Amino acid sequence: MSATAAVVAREPAGGSSARDATRVRRTVRRAPAAYASPYAAGVALGLVLLAAYVVMGRGLGASGAFASTAAAAVAAVDPARAQGSALLARYLAEGTPAWLDWLVVELFGVTLGGFLSAALAGRLRLVVERGPRLSPPGRLLLAAAGGAGMGVGAVLARGCTSGQALTGGALLSVGSWLFMGAAFAAAFAAAPLLRRVWT
Amino acid sequence: MSAPFYEYGLLDGRAALWVALAVGLAFGAALERAGLGHAPTLAAQFRLADGTVLKVMLSAIVTAMLGAFWLGRLGLLDLARVYVPETYLLPQLLGGLVFGAGFAVAGLCPGTSCVAAATGRLDGVAAMAGMWAGVLGTGLCFGALRTFYESTARGTLTLPELLGVPYGVVVLAVVVVALAAFRAAEWAERRGGTMRRAREG
Repeated sequence: MSATAAVVAREPAGGSSARDATRVRRTVRRAPAAYASPYAAGVALGLVLLAAYVVMGRGLGASGAFASTAAAAVAAVDPARAQGSALLARYLAEGTPAWLDWLVVELFGVTLGGFLSAALAGRLRLVVERGPRLSPPGRLLLAAAGGAGMGVGAVLARGCTSGQALTGGALLSVGSWLFMGAAFAAAFAAAPLLRRVWT
Repeated sequence: MSAPFYEYGLLDGRAALWVALAVGLAFGAALERAGLGHAPTLAAQFRLADGTVLKVMLSAIVTAMLGAFWLGRLGLLDLARVYVPETYLLPQLLGGLVFGAGFAVAGLCPGTSCVAAATGRLDGVAAMAGMWAGVLGTGLCFGALRTFYESTARGTLTLPELLGVPYGVVVLAVVVVALAAFRAAEWAERRGGTMRRAREG
């Protein structure tokens, strides 16, 4: 099934006749493939994390890439301001440009890997995913607000679900397990208040 | 013993960036295959209506934990050269609480929001933009937070060190807890499905 999608993606205009064009469109718009077993996907993810330990001596990350690029952006607008923040200055200290930062390249890979995987499975969709009661602008606003909260939390905790929960969790770091426990406790506590947002 | 390869000088900085790209590609593909680029699935985890997040995360942690433990024990991986995130008790407790609330509101975390955005989900783009603003804003206000940020530092501290029990015992305990959590998740999903069917029919 995925092989068909790849061929179609390379030849979007398909055949010359109208019937061929219709067939191609139908193939592109076919039902998306089912998701993988969460256990199989989790084991695959764990092997990727293990490979990062073995090859690099470090794990995965996501929020660190946001911090690197944010530091670079502030430095571009107001270098003194960036150097005045001990947090941002740390990301600038190494002297490498932000786009050559290890985590920035890794997160670019995450984005590309997610795109390719969804393309092969017929799961690319331009949508705003939301609960049935929420308008698209409302959902975008909440996603941005939630994102801002995660940004603040990830700075304080020195990492997020990738850099703390997965990476530090598998290495049995006390702070990582504390972060994971606190994050899930807060998310479970918030869920009843958000029922109307999602259902 | 020559792993981690980068730490032992077998890779230069340029090669490390190709590794970053390869690791990222596989990480993003695994998240997408699991269905974690789809916010309603993540939000359903916190209502206990779906166990995907918990199953994926704990399977990944158990796999990497067992791999690191055995490679270390067999002398193939020098665990002293693998970076363990340092512990800062209060910042990680408060940071975790704020992060978790944001996670439930957004239905996405930093890594999964990139996958959501890459697959055309505009709510993923909004979450990424919000996160970037949140990190940038915290960076600009860092002066006021710095004392707290550096407080309750414990350095590199692992659960076996904290509890004073052997590494292997904690590894076994995490495996047992994960297996119990998988059973609980399967049970909650079945129960949720039965309740939904009863409501609807």
